[in-house]
Amino acid sequence: MLDKQLTIAVAGNPNAGKTSLFNALTGLRQKVANYPGVTVERKEGLWSLSPDTSPARIIDLPGLYSLEATSLDEQIARDVLLGQGLMEKPDVVVVVVDATSLVRNLYLATQLMETGCRMVIALTMFDLAERNLTKIDVEKLSAALGVPVVPVVARQERGIKRLAAAVLQVASRTPESRPASAALLLRPWQSGFEPGHFKVVPITNKREEKLHSAAESRNSSSPTWQAPLIERYGWIEKIVAEAVVDAGNKLRATERIDALATHKVLGPLILFLVMLFVFQTIFSWANLPMNLIDSVFNAFADFVRAHLPAGLLTDLIVNGIIPGVGGVLIFVPQIMLLFFFITILEDSGYMARAAFLMDRLMRSVGLHGKAFVPLLSSFACAVPGIMATRTIENPKDRIATMMIAPFMSCSARLPVYTLMIAAFFSGQNVFGFISLGALIILGMYLLGIMVAVIVSWLLKHTLLKAPSPPFVMELPPYRLPNPSNVGHALLSRIGVFLKRAGTVILAISILLWALVAFPRTTLPSVSNSAAQVENSYAGQAGRIIEPLIRPLGFDWKIGIGLISSFAARETVISTLSIVYNVGEEGRPGSNSLVAAIHNAKRQDGSPVWTPLVALSLMVFFVLACQCMSTLAVVRRETNSWRWPLFMVSYMLVLAYVASLITFQGGRLLGFS
Amino acid sequence: MTLDATPYGTEARVVAISGDGAVALRLMQMGVVPGVSLSVVKSAPLGDPIQVRLRDYDLAMRRVEAQTITVALDND
Repeated sequence: MLDKQLTIAVAGNPNAGKTSLFNALTGLRQKVANYPGVTVERKEGLWSLSPDTSPARIIDLPGLYSLEATSLDEQIARDVLLGQGLMEKPDVVVVVVDATSLVRNLYLATQLMETGCRMVIALTMFDLAERNLTKIDVEKLSAALGVPVVPVVARQERGIKRLAAAVLQVASRTPESRPASAALLLRPWQSGFEPGHFKVVPITNKREEKLHSAAESRNSSSPTWQAPLIERYGWIEKIVAEAVVDAGNKLRATERIDALATHKVLGPLILFLVMLFVFQTIFSWANLPMNLIDSVFNAFADFVRAHLPAGLLTDLIVNGIIPGVGGVLIFVPQIMLLFFFITILEDSGYMARAAFLMDRLMRSVGLHGKAFVPLLSSFACAVPGIMATRTIENPKDRIATMMIAPFMSCSARLPVYTLMIAAFFSGQNVFGFISLGALIILGMYLLGIMVAVIVSWLLKHTLLKAPSPPFVMELPPYRLPNPSNVGHALLSRIGVFLKRAGTVILAISILLWALVAFPRTTLPSVSNSAAQVENSYAGQAGRIIEPLIRPLGFDWKIGIGLISSFAARETVISTLSIVYNVGEEGRPGSNSLVAAIHNAKRQDGSPVWTPLVALSLMVFFVLACQCMSTLAVVRRETNSWRWPLFMVSYMLVLAYVASLITFQGGRLLGFS
Repeated sequence: MTLDATPYGTEARVVAISGDGAVALRLMQMGVVPGVSLSVVKSAPLGDPIQVRLRDYDLAMRRVEAQTITVALDND
């Protein structure tokens, strides 16, 4: 009967428990890929329907409220469901319907009924509905809809076997369209809503007639395009009223939490504390595993250096490949921690409240409330922050958020700030008690935020200009996060990062190594690594760009540091240590590096470094996108090199101009 | 009157949704159709957006969006 492998799609409203059901059906047998040409992720797995058939291919579609799609995610889901490109039409659709919010969830289900697909309704959150004293007559509901309805509780894997049986049964039937009522036969999504464009239903003569009669029969003044939507909700209400006995307010627990979580004063305070906790964790808890990874890779590099004969290959392994792999893995703890929290915040329903609280503020710079969490996360590291922008549905808003995320001063800038302050501003106080160093660091953070606000406003009014997307957003009821969802989200995020961004980071690390390692300086002595760097391509490039960076107060040695810092900002410190010959173990607070900076002289005997040069360098580091990992992750998230290239160039221009203003302006004001 | 002017916690019935754009479509997909009863629960700390309860769930929307929804208060 069933010779070929079945393809099953899981569709449903966001927050209806689709992901939990998908995870319960597939377990660990799932993988993440992209739909061709777009950034929307495609989650796919295997589901063993019965012992005697081969497992079915099962696809977790992005959540959608309706077939008249308004966002990219919804369009993808709609196109798959209707078999319009992307992939072959699924054999069976499992429509996830949240039992605690039946009417709204059935809207999509009744639309799908009319497309003539084979479908089964999985009634999720059935236990919650029962606890709310809602009595759903499943058989009556199923009979009224003409579709099998199976109650499931994904977390306890209840109802899964019955769901499989229903799917197998439906799979062998001929598909039929089950129009709910005459007006619904119009199927506006088939011709009226084109992918990528929102259009109100064009109305042909025949359609107009039907619509008018539908509108007249209800004796209403609503525009004709609204008639099918009103009709559909009316029909659903009638069915639900017959099949469901309701017992009043279902949102009591959610109401009680919201009394605090979205309170006028306490709400923002709680959000602040939650974010402080998340932020603190990424900053400090991640440090332990990060240092561990760092020292393991350093020790391994030392071991290899000691046991392999000195030479180009050893140099490639020790200074190119090992730090490259380490430089990829070092991000894993931060990404895991951030996504651990983000998944919990999303699964619990709190993320929607954060967007609700912050929307007014974010809108003043042209962004959506949902941009708040990714931007705040970027203060720890822009890489997980940019990955977190996927909660923003509107593609232009999402790109605008990515473009400004690197202005948030991340933890990699701290070593640079610390070194400059240790060298020039330590031990000085303002008003006797505020440390000048702390004030300068605060100023750098504020500079980044200010520029981000301006750039975001500019982008939203030029390149990424678009009517601001509707904020109309569900505030889902609070629910305990599902541990299995958290685990799956962590695994898939790490996998995607290592596969897509990791390979690019490793390749660029090796390229940057080559720039420093070639051409070979003939002096064989290892202690002469300074000479090697000076004569390398990177050193030559430093000299070439010297005329360009002299107006910023930098000499060619700082130029080498700038070039190498495009791998990662903190690299500038080890590079400066090498060119000043203070040994590779240069650390931010290291006295020898500070002394070398103080002693560095230009040819005319004047010092290279002054407080103004230090300030100019810090400003440059605030604004320039010196982080290949950020670029790699933007490339991966936008699926093209266009945006990362735009990002690195415009940020470089901004950094140059701001640094120029700092140095030249400072000199005009008489500072040195 | 429009939904954004409805007092918090008062049940109201939707009379019409104006506008032909994405906002009107999205609102109606989410169940804000003529005839449904709903209430504004509260606003965010800065006065906007607002939280609206209907059909056993909560929906957040900006005040400009709420202005497109004409409602009548249930007096009886």
